[in-house]
Amino acid sequence: MKERLVLIGNGMAGVRTLEELLKLEPDKYEITVFGSEPHPNYNRILLSPVLAGEKKFDEIVLNKREWYQQHDITLHAGSPVVEINRVKRKVLAADGTEAAYDRLLLATGSSPFIIPVPGANLEGVISFRDIHDVEQMLAASRQYKRAVVIGGGLLGLEAANGLIKQGMEVSVVHLMETLMERQLDAAAGAMLKRSLEENGMHFLMGAQTDAILGEERVTGVRFKDGSEVKADLVVMAVGIRPNIELAKQAGLYCERGVVVNDTMQTYDPRIYALGECVQHRDTCYGLVAPLFEQAKVCANHLAELGYGRYEGSVTSTKLKVTGIELFSAGDFHGDEQTEEIVFQDQAGGTYKKLVIKDNRISGAVLYGNTVDGAWYFQLMREGTDISDMRESLLFGEAAHLGSSGHGGQSKASAMGDEAQVCDCNGVCKGDIVKAITSEGLFTVDDVKAHTKAGASCGSCIGLVEQILANTLGGDYSAPEAKPICACTDFTHDQVRSTIREYELIDKQAVFDKMDWRTPDGCHVCRPAINYYLISAWPGKAQDDAQSRFVNERVHGNIQKDGTFSVIPRILGGRTTPDELRAIADAADKFNVGEVNLTGGQRINMLGVKKEDLPAMWAFLTERGMLSGHAYGKALRTVKTCVGSTWCRFGTQDSTGLGIKLEEMTWASWMPHKFKMAVSGCPRNCAEATIKDFGVVCVDSGYELHIGGNGGVKVRATDVLCRVTTEEEVMEHCAAFIQLYREEARYLERTAPWIERVGLSDIKKRIVEDVRGRKALYARFLESQEVAQHDPWTARAKGAEAHEFTPIKQIGE
Amino acid sequence: MSAVLSEKWVEIGNLDEIPKLGSRVVRTASDEIAIFRAADDRVFALSNRCPHKQGPLSEGILHGHRVTCPLHNWVIELENGQAVAPDVGCAKSYPVRLEGEMILLAI
Repeated sequence: MKERLVLIGNGMAGVRTLEELLKLEPDKYEITVFGSEPHPNYNRILLSPVLAGEKKFDEIVLNKREWYQQHDITLHAGSPVVEINRVKRKVLAADGTEAAYDRLLLATGSSPFIIPVPGANLEGVISFRDIHDVEQMLAASRQYKRAVVIGGGLLGLEAANGLIKQGMEVSVVHLMETLMERQLDAAAGAMLKRSLEENGMHFLMGAQTDAILGEERVTGVRFKDGSEVKADLVVMAVGIRPNIELAKQAGLYCERGVVVNDTMQTYDPRIYALGECVQHRDTCYGLVAPLFEQAKVCANHLAELGYGRYEGSVTSTKLKVTGIELFSAGDFHGDEQTEEIVFQDQAGGTYKKLVIKDNRISGAVLYGNTVDGAWYFQLMREGTDISDMRESLLFGEAAHLGSSGHGGQSKASAMGDEAQVCDCNGVCKGDIVKAITSEGLFTVDDVKAHTKAGASCGSCIGLVEQILANTLGGDYSAPEAKPICACTDFTHDQVRSTIREYELIDKQAVFDKMDWRTPDGCHVCRPAINYYLISAWPGKAQDDAQSRFVNERVHGNIQKDGTFSVIPRILGGRTTPDELRAIADAADKFNVGEVNLTGGQRINMLGVKKEDLPAMWAFLTERGMLSGHAYGKALRTVKTCVGSTWCRFGTQDSTGLGIKLEEMTWASWMPHKFKMAVSGCPRNCAEATIKDFGVVCVDSGYELHIGGNGGVKVRATDVLCRVTTEEEVMEHCAAFIQLYREEARYLERTAPWIERVGLSDIKKRIVEDVRGRKALYARFLESQEVAQHDPWTARAKGAEAHEFTPIKQIGE
Repeated sequence: MSAVLSEKWVEIGNLDEIPKLGSRVVRTASDEIAIFRAADDRVFALSNRCPHKQGPLSEGILHGHRVTCPLHNWVIELENGQAVAPDVGCAKSYPVRLEGEMILLAI
């Protein structure tokens, strides 16, 4: 017989846990759900748009009744539980329904706090918590004129905004002098107040409510100083408190909330709790993102997998009021130990403040332009040392990473519904908003899957995040450490360290050790694991062809029509008439569709049929040419200028050095593609300052550059150091590559990797730590012993022949 | 899996001619058919064209009973050729079976 799971609380936290659980163990439990509201689970954070008349209730339902039926879940909606009997292990609802449980899940949420003043129970005094409250507000707005909202926090301002949209005159009463003081500092709060006043909102600041006036229905509000305002509707939005009555009555240990451990378990091991009703490590959360993180962990334990841990959330906040861009995260007030970096443009309506502690961001407030909110939030959560980018930090990610695509657009709220957000896949803002609300999406990954926005080059992800935040408001935030893919909850770093620690040498060992959810992974995790294995154990781990993306398996670049491109290696960009003749003859012989010069000084032959590849490679390799690896997460090219051999400005033999670098590094697999260049003088004709590793020759030696990128996000290199001999260049280059190979995450280019770990750390390990550098250099050469074999020559001689021929030809 | 009268079963090769989690193609006068071998040695046959932009499914990464198209990462069910939600589309599937080690395809 199946075990019985009872969920008390048919809201977002509880039902999300069921969804996560069904993904892991669809048949483990017989599930019963009790909810006090007479509705299926709906998206509570979209109540503001319903109030503002932008959406209907039906549009914010997340799980329709059919969903419960499909999963054989018994739903008792409108049936609040009044008692938990832990001895008999059953719950009792107000209508007399009983349900026995083996495991119980508490997700009772929170209730609005009603200030205990005279008149608080008058007709027309309501809170803003559920759809019933919204319906009452909408009804009142049709009949009455004046509304007072008590509480100038997130919820209060959203309620006030909605009521104004419904045609009411609205005054917001706030006890403090700053609006949203838990999310904003005084400067940003003042800017927010001014914009809201322009929208017609009135404010009474520093006002303490003394009594609600009226006989039956509310007529006004009186304050401690004796002043009064008239009101036909009073909305109390001063805060929430966890619903813990039921848990307390059942004898579960509670403080402010139901106390749970890192596995979301209460003091009774059969009972789990999550959401707004719980207190975890002394914190009660009132935002959605933490609930979802908790749901994942809770489901993991209900499914008896037993390894998920919830360690608390760092949250960020946005306000869902049309036309207002606001972002805040972390400790934005600061103290004696912190510093502030501030940008303030009153007239332009932009304010940015970053609070810095020990060279790391500990808090941020953005007003007016929030496009970099997600970036700051990421730097904050990852504890990135920002000392190297301090000067340009306030100007945002684009200041040193020039973005291409999306026309420099940085304010999602200023974009019309028909404005294109994703230029690769042609997705407009309206499409994204519609998908978020109608499909119930909460994360950037959801949006990517459903709309394809941001799914190609990724340059519009910042805008997608903004749209997501503006649509969902309040509390969108990305999970702290993202798992590799849906096959696991483990991150790239965890997988890699497990491979090293337990000396795992094949993918099956990884899947077994780390309890992969799928029998053989997916197209996301398999290539990553394969890379981690072969880079950790060169020679020992088998390179798994079936875990390689087609280009790396076939050693050519697949084109949109299924043909391949062939790009031979031209060391350092220096070629010969014989090589050019070989290329020309190959192009003729194999009917190449087009010949094209690449940006990395190589020659690209396009439109080659797959079955012609081995013969074409035989032709080229017999004439001394090698695979150019233009298809791989590998060393691509070393671009050079002619240098001192010919150029009247050249200071060193840049071509010769480029050839030496390419001879050392070709065929090395990396987390992502890797490009190099050597320029013969600071005029930098080889564009070395946008390469992963660049050398700029100077009269006294060589200036070494790292972390440049000329793609989606242009990034100029950082200077690593200067050296005086070619041998030193080679050693630094190899050590840098090896550090990148060993520590960057799969598919992470050097630019974001350096941003993440900080330039100082890399300088320390490559420049200052001489022994460390020599050890990295040695490990790189050791790995090259195994890797540096030409794949074209091998295949020309018959290796992997099955790859290039049909298994059978039927008919002619 | 019964073949309709007009179809005939053709021997196309041995199971070990396709690597585990790999694919090879069969060319016919009218179509190119991808034959897939899953980790559990089950075989599947689909038209070698992704319903999205005709990408060659035989070049994709196999996982479970699914393949990911190499062009734009659509995921296709090997059993019936259906694209996995939220994508929508279907690649033609062909009856295929094993007789001992021999792969038989109905065309």
